[in-house]
Amino acid sequence: MDQPTNKRFGMVIDLDKCTGCGACMVACMAENNVPFREDDTDKLLSIAWMRVYRLKNGKSFPQAEECFLPRPCQHCEGHHGHSPCVSVCPATATDYDMQTGIVSQVPTRCFGCRYCMAACPYHVRQFNWWDPIWPDGMERSLNPDVSVRMRGIVEKCSFCYHRYQRALDEAYAEGRRDLKEHEYQTACTQACPAGAITFGDLNNPAHTVHKLAQPDTAHEGKSRNPKAFRLLERLGTNTKVYYLSSREWVRRAGDSALRKS
Amino acid sequence: MKIDRRSFLSFVIGGAAGTALSPLPWKLTDDISIWSQNWPWTPVPPKGETTYVASTCTLCPGGCGISVRKVDDRVVKVEGLKGHPVNDGGICPLGLSGAQLLYSPTRVRAPMKKVNGTWREIAWDTAIQEIADQLKDLREKGQPQSVAWVSDSDRGSVAELSKRFLTVFGSPNFIRTPSIQDSYELVLYLTQGQRAMAGFDLANATYVLSFGSGIIEGWGAPPHLFRAKSVMQQKGGKISQLEARLSKTAAKADQFIPIKPGTEGALALGLIHVILKEGLYRKQIVQDQSTGSDALKKLAGDDFAPEAVSKTTGVDAKTIVELARAFAGAKKPLAVCGRGNGRQEAGSAQEFLAVHFLNALMGSINTAGGVVAVPEPDYVDWPEPEMDAAASAGMQQARVDGAGGKDFPLSRYLLNRLPEALDGGASSPVQVLFVNHANPAFSLVDTARVEKSLKKIPLIVSFSSFMDETAALAHYILPNHIYLERFEDVPASQGFPKPFIGLVKPVVAPILKTRHIGDVVIQVAKAVGGNVASAFAWDSYEACLQESLGDKWDRLKEEVYWVDSNFSPAAFETKSKKFEFANADIALLPAYAALKAPGDDKAFPLTLVPFDTLRLASGAVGTPPFLVKALEETMLQKNDGLVEINPVDAQKLGLADGAAAVLSTPKGSARVKVTLSEGMMPGLIAMVRGLGHTAYDRFLAGRGVNINSLMSSVEAPGTGFEAAWGVRAQLTKA
Repeated sequence: MDQPTNKRFGMVIDLDKCTGCGACMVACMAENNVPFREDDTDKLLSIAWMRVYRLKNGKSFPQAEECFLPRPCQHCEGHHGHSPCVSVCPATATDYDMQTGIVSQVPTRCFGCRYCMAACPYHVRQFNWWDPIWPDGMERSLNPDVSVRMRGIVEKCSFCYHRYQRALDEAYAEGRRDLKEHEYQTACTQACPAGAITFGDLNNPAHTVHKLAQPDTAHEGKSRNPKAFRLLERLGTNTKVYYLSSREWVRRAGDSALRKS
Repeated sequence: MKIDRRSFLSFVIGGAAGTALSPLPWKLTDDISIWSQNWPWTPVPPKGETTYVASTCTLCPGGCGISVRKVDDRVVKVEGLKGHPVNDGGICPLGLSGAQLLYSPTRVRAPMKKVNGTWREIAWDTAIQEIADQLKDLREKGQPQSVAWVSDSDRGSVAELSKRFLTVFGSPNFIRTPSIQDSYELVLYLTQGQRAMAGFDLANATYVLSFGSGIIEGWGAPPHLFRAKSVMQQKGGKISQLEARLSKTAAKADQFIPIKPGTEGALALGLIHVILKEGLYRKQIVQDQSTGSDALKKLAGDDFAPEAVSKTTGVDAKTIVELARAFAGAKKPLAVCGRGNGRQEAGSAQEFLAVHFLNALMGSINTAGGVVAVPEPDYVDWPEPEMDAAASAGMQQARVDGAGGKDFPLSRYLLNRLPEALDGGASSPVQVLFVNHANPAFSLVDTARVEKSLKKIPLIVSFSSFMDETAALAHYILPNHIYLERFEDVPASQGFPKPFIGLVKPVVAPILKTRHIGDVVIQVAKAVGGNVASAFAWDSYEACLQESLGDKWDRLKEEVYWVDSNFSPAAFETKSKKFEFANADIALLPAYAALKAPGDDKAFPLTLVPFDTLRLASGAVGTPPFLVKALEETMLQKNDGLVEINPVDAQKLGLADGAAAVLSTPKGSARVKVTLSEGMMPGLIAMVRGLGHTAYDRFLAGRGVNINSLMSSVEAPGTGFEAAWGVRAQLTKA
């Protein structure tokens, strides 16, 4: 029997194009009902599924250079779906979906032990220390496709999985079983005014992400594109977010501590 | 039956084992988990039918197309409109937060009147009648010219309605808020004889030389330029950024050339000097299509030789020569200017002129990849209003801001001069001020003085949808619908190289007791009566808009934009029909001189410059919570605004990263924190513009420092434009 080919949804972010404007962050917040607080300036406590970091080359003026690095969940595949967070979750609140390659997060299953936060090398997971409260009337802007998370649980980027489901629903309604590349795009990809983010199926050679990332499946998806790198690749997390940069110091920075922006 | 120990234990253990093996504990844990996550205060967004409505964004002058996602009658998200000529699906962070503006708790919910210092709700008809009565009084007293109107745009049907109202009432005092448009429009008029807007075909340029313009920080139509920059660099194009600070644009440029702030014009003239001396300009084009190049040689004479310019600008002579050669050697070079997002000050016209001359020397005017003169929209073509004697007399009076008068014959609007005019006499020359889509009490420099002078106006009427700083000073607020609730035309997309009209469409029915400003203007005019009333024959604003857009209306309603794709720029309209490097009007401007930052060098050893970010709204728009949340921690920490400083300077002052400090300028002082940045030129400190609001919601108010309150106004010689690019400052340990 024919098995449908598994997908590996992934992202390529061209750091040469990224302007650090923050549209991806805000698109994500609006799409995914991310709560906000009166004082969100402590970025360790502020919830953002997508965060733009600022990298510096460490040189002094005027040789100083900066580069911006948007960081969604990296959707690690590890070895056969053993992503760092999935392996430690005692509640099966987070899981690696072999059909899509997406690391899910089910808020209603999570009981807030935060093992996953400790395990994640990328700080993509954030804890709801407070009840999400919207100013009077603003809760009208909430998106019904994404559940609002309450105090005491962990949340993170889902590659806008609800958009995948909606796109599939629409395709099924038309009698199709497969999606076209443009039908499933994350909110950040869609919003990026510089066209820096590309999203699609890394397993599909026709998709732009595949062409840009040139993943080498024999070597855990390592890119064959000399401009491309992944964050902390040496950890073997086998992430599905690839970054492109023409600057060497930026590519090197992908493997050391990042500074927040 | 006897219960012995054995049967008791069997029962308990068996019961426990049975329960454990049954689904009950799992079901219970699950239920508890679900129950404990369904607190009534955690909102559950209601489901419904999802629809998308296309419209146009008005949060900046960019005119991007938006696709608004609705679930039943709720606006859930604003996205970029795919296929739109300006932004093609891309959108900036502010545009994305549109739903938060619609549902903001700081919206003005109904017309308000200030009674003994407190706001009271008032009926629409009463408010309109009361304002009309005061206006009629002024007319009877023979002072129709004492009515003024401030807005961020002078084009499109709403601005035309306001101007028509003022004209037929008898006041020449329509004032647009300062921006680089003032300088660009003047430069196009002086050199090309065209009343036009400057468009930039960045995508087709091969080399862009930016004199501090924040190409990716809000300058022009942001998403359009983002994309154009990506396209241009992908095709192998290069960008050189001249700026004192490693801004985002500088960081993403191919070359960052540090330059002393305020000396950009000198560098432009220095480049012209080299290009002329080495004969690098496009000789055929200059010969055939321009006049006055001899005068240009004089203008960029020996005073602007590389060594001299190097002293002024801090850019070394070798770099200046190389830069000139790179610019002249590029296939399609383009020079742009106007600092930051270009929406704060008009700048020095002489500097803009010098940069424009650079383009002219390389033939980068009105061509692909160059600066394009985009004609002002002409679709608002209403019959001339019939003027009565009072109106004609009023229109003869000099403008209150002095624009177009004997001191500033070339300028059109000088809002920055309004405080001085208001302070001048015993009674304010402005008796009634209307404010639409502008927040001068926050966005003009030297805010304390602006506020003090605005308080002299006996009647301020604000059309703001939000309780902003200027609305708080007003006497009446007649809240307009926000852009997601109303019809309006967007007559241009700033910086876009083609004529463009966008249509703002109501996405939802107004959720509050607001009224369209267009309708209110018509109603006020009708209440004033006489010729003023008869100049406004329309029943409603929508009828007026439909009539103005004529045969474009139906298409616009469907597609929300119209663009003249076959546009080719008109021929020069100067006397010579050529590009003029010199003429009588240009001669009215004093020669270029670098403008200094105000303040004493000794008392204030540092120079403070503002910078812009797309994560803070500017102008009349208040930053919504999502953007405050997304703000970088190098700009705001808790309630403290941050000042960027070079680590060497910080060490000299004994300031560590994150240390509290007091920032003082000649205009005042503020508590700040410092953030060390290797991207700062030594001697310079920088702070983001757009924080320090006293108005708006609890997410924005009271956070950071309004840099405008620390800056003082710099009047550009010859034009009177606001040209404050910085201020002398001192930073001390707190």
